[in-house]
Amino acid sequence: MTAVYCGYCGKGLEEVDHAACTKRLRVIDPPRFCSACARRMVVQVTPSGWTATCSRHGEISSSA
Amino acid sequence: MTAAPEQVDVLGVAREQVLERGVGLSEEQVLAVLSLDDDRIPELLELAHQVRMRWCGPEVEVEGIVSLKTGGCPEDCHFCSQSGQFPSPVRSAWLDIPGLVRAARQTRDTGATEFCIVAAVRGPDKRLLSQVRDGIKAIREDGNDIQIACSLGMLTQEQVDELVEMGVHRYNHNLETARSHFPNVVTTHSWEERWDTLKMVREAGMEVCCGGIIGMGETLEQRAEFAVQLAALEPDEVPLNFLIPNPGTPYENYPVVEGTEALKTVGAFRLALPRTILRFAGGRELTFGDLGAKQGMLGGVNAIIVGNYLTNLGRPAQEDLDMLEELSMPIKELSKTL
Repeated sequence: MTAVYCGYCGKGLEEVDHAACTKRLRVIDPPRFCSACARRMVVQVTPSGWTATCSRHGEISSSA
Repeated sequence: MTAAPEQVDVLGVAREQVLERGVGLSEEQVLAVLSLDDDRIPELLELAHQVRMRWCGPEVEVEGIVSLKTGGCPEDCHFCSQSGQFPSPVRSAWLDIPGLVRAARQTRDTGATEFCIVAAVRGPDKRLLSQVRDGIKAIREDGNDIQIACSLGMLTQEQVDELVEMGVHRYNHNLETARSHFPNVVTTHSWEERWDTLKMVREAGMEVCCGGIIGMGETLEQRAEFAVQLAALEPDEVPLNFLIPNPGTPYENYPVVEGTEALKTVGAFRLALPRTILRFAGGRELTFGDLGAKQGMLGGVNAIIVGNYLTNLGRPAQEDLDMLEELSMPIKELSKTL
């Protein structure tokens, strides 16, 4: 699956600068938007990981 | 001509009042600590650490938390990405019982003695309480005897009694900020409503966990006000969070609290609350980075949330456990909490 959208803000990767998004995703945030279609995902954070589910593209997780 | 009044050094006073006698600082004194020059931070943290060692001991209480019900909250807490009133990207989610059992197991395996089940609600309804009851039962059937805390919003007396009966030993309900600042942060319920829940929790025999978030536009005076209001509650635990400016919330563009300011807050809160479990909670990753977390642990903090938070991620648990080992701070054992 090719990443087209930012997992943090949901905007196109080519559209704006995502340096701040990248930092948030690296330090304290799981992805909230599907990188393929920018749909908001259902995210469950647990003590040791997270899962994020897109209704169109399925589940990704911290262990993947 | 009259002589200028002699300046009283608040840390000198605190050494005698807090360290020797165990009497927390007053609002005025806390404000003086928060107003100290940055070059006095090492001295403040050293004193706060001595206070913690003298009145709490060397052990660190480790806790894990999990969100049982995420998002869709009807309240408008301006810091919270789980409010249904703001355009936050956080979507509603329910954790199922097997997921809750796994989360409790992961927490126990870190050596933690506390596992807090949290829901983003105004207060629990029958469905939520039933899920909590089933979850606790399943955790016990999994052979996990970790102590269970809950954070389910405002409670009725009947709900307090039900949680006691389920074996919940501690209840978290944060006052979040000073009473004078609260109406700027939340408009859908009052500080006093939260206080009422905390009183019921205490009277029912559960331990009280009550803290808040630093960096929500409060003044230093309000920060000092908050510290003494917490002290008046006499909570068993105070979780200290630093604002994570989450997208979509009214506070999304607020600045992250500066590390030096945060360290002064940690030290000041310890001097206001000499006997309380003071826990590092959310936001420390952004505010402090790795080095500051260590400084905080040597500056009065004696408890820590390991792993992830509710919607944000924390440092990997092992990094914090390694830090505690490096600092020669023993983790509180379950046998000592029962």
